[in-house]
Amino acid sequence: MSSAQIEIQIIACLVAVACAIPGTFLVLRKMAMISDAISHSILPGIVIGFFLTEDLNSPWLILLAAMTGVITVVLVEFIQKTGLVKEDTAIGLVFPTLFSIGVILIAKNANDVHLDVDVVFLGELAYAPSYRFLINGMDLGPKSLWVIGTILLVTLLLLITFFKELKISTFDKQLAATLGFSPVVVHYGLMSIASVTTVGAFDAVGAILVVALMIAPAAIAYLLTNDLKKMLVIAVFSGIASALTGYWIAHYLDASIAGSIATVLGVLFLLVYLFAPKKGLISVLFRQKRQQMEVYLLTFLLHLQNHTEESERHLNHLSEHINWGKIRSKTVLDLALKNNMIIIENNIISLTEKGQGFTEKAIDYITTNSTVAIEKMKEDFFLFRG
Amino acid sequence: MGITEYIDLLFTDYTLQTVTLGTAVLGALCGMLGSFAVLRKQSLLGDAISHAALPGIAIAFLITETKNSNALLIGALISGLIGAFWIRGIVKNTHLKSDTALGLILSLFFGFGMLLLTFIQKMPNANQAGLNKYLFGQAATLVSSDVWTMCFIAGLSLLVLLVFWKEFKLLLFDADYAKSLGFNIKFLDVLITFFIVLCIVIGLQAVGVVLMSAMLLAPAAAARQWTNSLGVMVLLAAIFGSFSGVLGTAISASSSNLSTGPVIVLIAAVFVLFSFVFSPKRGLLFREIRYWNNRNDLQLHKTLAFMYNIAKTHKNKEHPHTVKILNNFQGFTKKSLQKLEDREYIKVNKSMWSLTEKGFDKASNLYNQLENNE
Repeated sequence: MSSAQIEIQIIACLVAVACAIPGTFLVLRKMAMISDAISHSILPGIVIGFFLTEDLNSPWLILLAAMTGVITVVLVEFIQKTGLVKEDTAIGLVFPTLFSIGVILIAKNANDVHLDVDVVFLGELAYAPSYRFLINGMDLGPKSLWVIGTILLVTLLLLITFFKELKISTFDKQLAATLGFSPVVVHYGLMSIASVTTVGAFDAVGAILVVALMIAPAAIAYLLTNDLKKMLVIAVFSGIASALTGYWIAHYLDASIAGSIATVLGVLFLLVYLFAPKKGLISVLFRQKRQQMEVYLLTFLLHLQNHTEESERHLNHLSEHINWGKIRSKTVLDLALKNNMIIIENNIISLTEKGQGFTEKAIDYITTNSTVAIEKMKEDFFLFRG
Repeated sequence: MGITEYIDLLFTDYTLQTVTLGTAVLGALCGMLGSFAVLRKQSLLGDAISHAALPGIAIAFLITETKNSNALLIGALISGLIGAFWIRGIVKNTHLKSDTALGLILSLFFGFGMLLLTFIQKMPNANQAGLNKYLFGQAATLVSSDVWTMCFIAGLSLLVLLVFWKEFKLLLFDADYAKSLGFNIKFLDVLITFFIVLCIVIGLQAVGVVLMSAMLLAPAAAARQWTNSLGVMVLLAAIFGSFSGVLGTAISASSSNLSTGPVIVLIAAVFVLFSFVFSPKRGLLFREIRYWNNRNDLQLHKTLAFMYNIAKTHKNKEHPHTVKILNNFQGFTKKSLQKLEDREYIKVNKSMWSLTEKGFDKASNLYNQLENNE
């Protein structure tokens, strides 16, 4: 590994961590799309900053562009407060407008400015080490490393200092307000951090990857845990892991690093989306299927309890009466038999004592706790789940 | 370039005709379908889909190795649809919210698209500029076959909207009712999503990935301010959309170095701003004026009620009182007295005022109303 490669990987990891932290809170606050809006609307800020400083890594440019990000949030909230359109429409109106202004500013000054929309939008990590941070001729490493390192340090400091406040205002705004720290201050603080991070990271990795690095690790973590601290840790680690894997894949394929990191994040998300133990697609579908089967079983048992006459309890009658197909009737019957709820004699089905007890309790439960799930009762009675 | 020069050019220049027609049709189509996106609270779907279309375009190019618009269009459509339905899947099956799902699909698909683009760059016959137009849009590259495709799709969506108008309306405003009436909600939902995705995909070439969402939203958001009827809104949005298309093309054609997409979006944004401020019923300006009038009326009523309480104690209700009595009461100024006199509630004679019959009635009714309300 050459030193440039190591530098690129360090920058990628720092960006991943710096994005994952605010990203987690954005996802929890249902404001993920704000990060997308910010990543686009910082363009006019960057352009104007570039006119003034002519240096993409100047701290003034970063502050100015981050201001545009915060202005975006303010504008979105202003439009939303007028009640004329919904929040998502407000977001969708503000950022393309600001972005258009940025594009036009660049186009109108194309002769004086060496700035391309592609650069802002797509970024290229591979070039990051070639811009060095020099003091008195001494090489202190790539500029973006210093920029993103500083941002990460500030983010971490703020996170540790205000963790409690962030947590409470994220999950319970009213409580936060009554405890005396303004949710508005926390909100704008978070927005400022998100803006600064986006601006600091864009020229290394591009605006779109910033969005990916903010949202995807947080979403992955949210599918795996409900604990805020664990979620932050998982988000940070999945960010770092994708950054490193993405870098090496890009290295072997000789392709865009940013694109490759996003792709790795995508694959990682897909895996978690499918296989997450409790909230993954497969386990959700499995649970739904099981619940459906158990509702069938309950319906079936209630039917048996309602009808004492033998004709209603004949095996063949079931498919006619409850309108179930053969396979479904058979699975329900098997399940009931396995759980010792019924016995079948000469094709006539009758409830056992246990089945009787379960059905009575279930009716009782449903009529008194109509809004509460019946899960606990099932655990008491079922030997086998559906 | 002046206006006359532009109009001359419009009749003679074939490219300008094509581009103008293209952006006009595109604007109308976006306005039409965008109304549904806005009302279904799927405003940001456009943004997500337009980004999600990129890998489809790249893959179509890798497979066909040509820049045939239609092949790229189909690729974009397929990956846009996968994106759209994956978003639905995430929202439906996990506890991630729609904003997270949108942001995820947007950034992950786009990142994958970028990865594919770097492969294309390395191919011998690749002229990357050809695909770059999908990122930021170049209306100038529209050729007549593209415009025909747009017209065809616009016609098709208009037809579908007309055929399923009643069903779509019901789906928008009361999906549960629609379900209970036995309409196939899922089919309708898929149908409208399909057409929104289709509209986004054909707009990409003209206005680009980033600005497509504004194309979809802005005309609809502007139209929403002027009406409460779905039909009128769709029509207005289509008109706003095509106007922004035509005006944007005209402005960018008359000045060098201005790409069409951003100009169209800015024009549409001006439409929105104008509608937000000046729409008679919902607009901010008239709303402020209404508030202001109401506040003034309340002040006047306050003064009138105070006067009424004084006049009530006197046998003759029209007996004049001195203005000085009102001094310790803040709700009066010379202007407000003048206004009350204009409405014939009081008569002012030098430094004396007296309630008129009309004013007395008004004031006592005011009082009654308050009592009734309590």
